[in-house]
Amino acid sequence: MTLHKTTTPATSPPRPARRRSRLLRPEARAALLFISPAMGLFLLFTVAPVVFAFVLSFSRYDILTPVRWVGLANYARLLTDDLFWLGVRNVGFYALLYVPSMIACSLGLALALSRPKPGMVFFRTLFYIPAVTSSVAGATVWSWMLQRDYGVVNQVLGAFGIQGPAWLANSDTAMYAIVFVTLWQGLGGSIIIYLAGLAGVPRYLYEAAALDGATPWQSFRFITLPTLRTTTFFVTFMTLIGAFQLFDQAYVMTQGGPGYATTTAVYQIYQNGFTQLQMGYASAQAFVLALAILVVSLLNLRLNRDSGVT
Amino acid sequence: MLARKRVKPLGVLGDVLFYGGLTLVALVMALPFYWMVVTSLKPNADIFRDPVQWWPERVTFEHYVKAFTTVPFARYFYNSFVMAALGVLANLFLGSLAGYAFARLRFPGREALFRMKLASLLVPGIITLIPTFIILRTFPLVGGNDLAGQGGYGLLNSYWAVVLPGAAGAFAVFFMRQFFRTLPDDLVDAARVDGASEFLIFWRIYLPLCRPALATLGIFTFQAGWNLFLWPLIVFNDPDMATVQMGLQSFSFNHTTDYGPLMAASVVVSLPVLLVFVFAQRYFTQSIAFTGTK
Repeated sequence: MTLHKTTTPATSPPRPARRRSRLLRPEARAALLFISPAMGLFLLFTVAPVVFAFVLSFSRYDILTPVRWVGLANYARLLTDDLFWLGVRNVGFYALLYVPSMIACSLGLALALSRPKPGMVFFRTLFYIPAVTSSVAGATVWSWMLQRDYGVVNQVLGAFGIQGPAWLANSDTAMYAIVFVTLWQGLGGSIIIYLAGLAGVPRYLYEAAALDGATPWQSFRFITLPTLRTTTFFVTFMTLIGAFQLFDQAYVMTQGGPGYATTTAVYQIYQNGFTQLQMGYASAQAFVLALAILVVSLLNLRLNRDSGVT
Repeated sequence: MLARKRVKPLGVLGDVLFYGGLTLVALVMALPFYWMVVTSLKPNADIFRDPVQWWPERVTFEHYVKAFTTVPFARYFYNSFVMAALGVLANLFLGSLAGYAFARLRFPGREALFRMKLASLLVPGIITLIPTFIILRTFPLVGGNDLAGQGGYGLLNSYWAVVLPGAAGAFAVFFMRQFFRTLPDDLVDAARVDGASEFLIFWRIYLPLCRPALATLGIFTFQAGWNLFLWPLIVFNDPDMATVQMGLQSFSFNHTTDYGPLMAASVVVSLPVLLVFVFAQRYFTQSIAFTGTK
């Protein structure tokens, strides 16, 4: 910052000119005062909870009785907790479907919307509207629409002679329904990030490529995609972190069922922590999930850096 | 090349396919809103009619009345509104205060502290869920708690339980810092010479220049606060404290769902944010793009 390169004129009447270091002091004091609420909340509601969760994961705590230290017992129990691993597997399956679909759909739609054609602002606005509505309201309406007998989805399919299943009550289709609904909700945000990225691709590259006789596919493959690498990384990263923490839709649309088909890891943590009051055990689960998120994020980062080298 | 360019019918066909595809996607995106409104206006008998009724033949507002009378939905609305509004005020004030300091003031450890704060964006929410609950519950000297934080419920079942943990989000600080950095620095010198305090310089000179950024952040924070679900679900068990999002659950009992009132309530829940969006969509899309291209 250039703030302090400008020195106070020596002739300023109310206060005589001071030396830089002394002038800095009230400024630093004010700055620390300014940041202290934000940093205090950060300490209390981010740093302390992370440390606390770690400690808690080695204990047994049900709120009502004092904390009991149990060492690695929670983690040992975790290894044999089929339900939790089912939740992890469900989330993994969900992410495997959701993240690539998200990237493909949002990139495709952003490419379409970035064309200089009339009406693009209209479509852009329309596609973004689901992103501003709450996940709960969205999931609520979709569960009505995905109803077997009176749901509008099956009614439409019926018009084409297709007998739709009970989407949410069928363990084979429930997760696909959730993927679809979360995609519906999340698409708008990713499209806009991609549009911002596309706006940053220099025009002259396309012109040069066109002069060289590149096909549209070639310009996409060798100009658009590489320039959007950072954007794609960002979208993948955010989508992944969100996918691992899937909860709202699974809670509203299926309550984790049918069977345990849509029980997610967060759903498990919520249940263990807040309905069964096994805070220590739920913390261990949260830690494992967070670790998984971290590993996948780092992997993503690594893959991204590798692709950046070539 | 030239030969290919002259083929006009292909261009028209391309346009038809292009707009056709976008329209199809648009229909899927918009259908839930349409269906929500249409269902909420139909009398019960028409909701479950077999050949699907795309247009309400008979319009009734009974479901809206029912949504507000069988469930204390007005109360939920008030709760959600107060918490979202408090969240906006806190984030605008604390976020800009910290953002200003990180952008314009010099102090030891500035960059390191900022990076630390920013890192909280990467901490998955799930990990802080349980400890934050316990911290709020054992907050000393509130909600019947003693000095050691025992005996009562602390900040649980109060607006603070939702407002406080998100009162100065990393996003708010980051967003405002970016904006403050774009402002010229010579404004400050004259004020300093006149002996204005640092807070006065921030409050009187720089903050008024931030109106567009504050509007963006405010809209964004309101939307996020209004749409919260999991956290209120955890910290509120007093039915009087429920939010609109939690309220939507109260229309299903024992696997039977009252779809009319539920859809009416969904309209009511979606309306505030949709209205804000319609009036401020430019801000919305800009701030999303802004976060994506940092």
